[in-house]
Amino acid sequence: MTETKTPARGADRAPIPASWDYAPAPEARDIVKIADRYGLFIGGKLVEPLSRQRYTTLDPSREEPLAEIAQAGKADVAKAVRAARDAYTKTWSKLRPSERAKYLFRIARILQERSRELAVLESLNGGKPIRESRDVDLPLAAAHFFYYAGWADKLEYAFPGRTPRPIGVAGQIIPWNFPLLMLAWKIAPALAAGNTVVLKPAETTPLTALVFCDVVRQAELPPGVVNVVTGDGRTGAELVASDGVDKIAFTGSTEVGKAIQRAVAGSGKRLTLELGGKAANIVFDDAPLDQAVEGIVNGIYFNQGHVCCAGSRLFVQESIADAVITKLKRRMSTLRVGDPLDKNTDVGAINSKTQLDKIRALVESGVAEGAEIYQPPCRLPERGYWFAPTVFTNVAQSYRIAQEEIFGPVLSVLTFRTPEEAVEKANNTPYGLSAGVWTEKGSRILAMAARLRAGVVWANTYNRFDPASPFGGYKESGFGREGGLHGLEPYLRLEPR
Amino acid sequence: MATAPALPGGFELPLEPRLPRLGSVDAVGLEERALALSRRSIKKGAKVFALDLAIRAMDLTTLEGADTPGKVGALATKGVRPDPSDPGVPSVAAICVYPNLVPAALARTRGTGVKVASVATAFPSGQAPLEVKLEEVRAVVAMGAHEVDMVIDRGAFLSGRYAQVYDEVVRAREVCAGKAHLKVILETGELGTYDNVRRAALLAIAGGADFIKTSTGKAATNATLPVALCMLETIRDVYEDTGRVVGMKVAGGIRQAKQAVQYLVQVHETLGVAWLTPDRYRIGASSLLNDILMQLRKERTGRYQNPDYFTVD
Repeated sequence: MTETKTPARGADRAPIPASWDYAPAPEARDIVKIADRYGLFIGGKLVEPLSRQRYTTLDPSREEPLAEIAQAGKADVAKAVRAARDAYTKTWSKLRPSERAKYLFRIARILQERSRELAVLESLNGGKPIRESRDVDLPLAAAHFFYYAGWADKLEYAFPGRTPRPIGVAGQIIPWNFPLLMLAWKIAPALAAGNTVVLKPAETTPLTALVFCDVVRQAELPPGVVNVVTGDGRTGAELVASDGVDKIAFTGSTEVGKAIQRAVAGSGKRLTLELGGKAANIVFDDAPLDQAVEGIVNGIYFNQGHVCCAGSRLFVQESIADAVITKLKRRMSTLRVGDPLDKNTDVGAINSKTQLDKIRALVESGVAEGAEIYQPPCRLPERGYWFAPTVFTNVAQSYRIAQEEIFGPVLSVLTFRTPEEAVEKANNTPYGLSAGVWTEKGSRILAMAARLRAGVVWANTYNRFDPASPFGGYKESGFGREGGLHGLEPYLRLEPR
Repeated sequence: MATAPALPGGFELPLEPRLPRLGSVDAVGLEERALALSRRSIKKGAKVFALDLAIRAMDLTTLEGADTPGKVGALATKGVRPDPSDPGVPSVAAICVYPNLVPAALARTRGTGVKVASVATAFPSGQAPLEVKLEEVRAVVAMGAHEVDMVIDRGAFLSGRYAQVYDEVVRAREVCAGKAHLKVILETGELGTYDNVRRAALLAIAGGADFIKTSTGKAATNATLPVALCMLETIRDVYEDTGRVVGMKVAGGIRQAKQAVQYLVQVHETLGVAWLTPDRYRIGASSLLNDILMQLRKERTGRYQNPDYFTVD
């Protein structure tokens, strides 16, 4: 709320309201039917886990159980990989490419038809605001299937002079921040290229992947082309170790990524990794300030900051630092934190207790190291996992909050004086996934983009995704690209013609 | 060149070389933000609050060649008491008319608190000699109009004669001073870019506008959510730099209650509740009023009523 400094010219005759509180506007959750327990999706059927083990998946905004999920063991993973191999050799690799496209188009259309159901479920299980799951996750997930469906029968045109052949069975491990979208990023190119898959969703967010199994069934995809094994890191490790897998694709933390790379070394398995980030969002003094502030907010508070390409380091030119920080703090005060299913919620719940603890520890380190913390006044719900949008100013490059990936709604603000200094500081990180540049000057955008060591550089925007655009990192942010033509390559053997 | 009563920080003469440095607007980002704000879901009590405010902040308008004292009288009567069946429904802020109809509007609104606003300065084009335009302002103020809606000279603005635009606002302001509030219409649909909208808004504010207003309602493009947001952000920058309060008026094409709520949400989340008052925010409209009355009655009774139960004025 803005305080009045001086009255309008002439006497104010009308009263100024104390507040305008928006009434709750919850999206109805009865569109989603959640079963009490789920099995594993192997060979086109939901089956009981041979491990006989289960765990409970939660609604992180209320800390309430949603369903019992199977913890797949070694035998389960082996069974899923066998099913994928069977499907690969017997049906999927024998289909005409245009037939593969037909299935992918079907899946895309069913995702659109069931988008409300899936969006609600994504918000329930993951804690993200319905506004985002409805307007970002679901449309993009469907778009990925549409996009790669189009490539399925055009692979020879995609790679001229070479004969593209599928690899076989892909083991795919995805994170909890964009469960269904990451599933789409993984499954769509793999299937388009003619492979079959075994997918392991994240431990905390398996539900949309399990409903996706029903989408697969509805699309009448041949059994075994898509298999889903749920569980924690142990299930993932079994999948990585499995002999029947020809390729591993992983999105998640750099720590686990390194472990996977060690595990597959010498095995002949192909590997792509999409790991962490500590992106620089660089604002020059000639930037359109109000839009830059929107970009900063979208860069770090989108999906509670659970975004590997989040703009978590803000570099702002010193001459406009005060103005930008003032605008940013005011904008933060209008962020609506709360019920993920409320259509007016901007910032939802933290995905898990583990993640909340990690965010808290890093924020405490920032305070201890001497950074200045600001959190807008907001009332967090009592139950569930919550963290207020946070900004740190007076941050030194050497602080942990400027070095380590926080993966939460926490922004570190640093300043720079010249473009040279901005590039140097931005690149001074083990990561290299993404970056943002805000300036009115086109030539400066191009010059910065050429020098920033980051897989994606956004200019005057942030966190914008498109299936046609490749995404992936430099350095410890991983290797391999997802999206676009580049995203097909990891799933193909390109033989000389 | 005339001197200005109040300037945004760092805004010194001469104007031309300074203007390009007065901040820029990114069209894509602005439109995205406007779209996001338009998707707020406003229900129940929050909706009734917004609809009530939209009436209190409304400049109920008729600007037709065919306007007559009879037509304006009927409209003014409606503005004073929009829904005779429900005394809880407030009066509008003002009746907005052409200069010749000011006496007719005044006759019906005297003593009610509803103001009379008149367009002036060769509305809607502004393409007339300055003296003629100022004479028109003098005339409507003399007739008793409480508020003057002037247009800027877009021809001057687009050909880079910013000082002329500024001077005209200053001169109109001198004529109004102490007697009438000055709203300056930027006619954003003719300015071409959001950067221009921002510049024109700053010129008008520097020249002494009490309100800045989007449109005449006579151009092909009238108020849009991104344009209004761009102007609100300009008002906010001026306020934070100087403490000076400038009001905002959207006009043209706002016909549905839902649109009015979207505009109010923008104001709320850009300038805060301090601007949620008719002293600082106005909506210029005509058919909007009946749609709001219909929505309010629906909120009160739970049913939509036949449009024939709402008077056409």
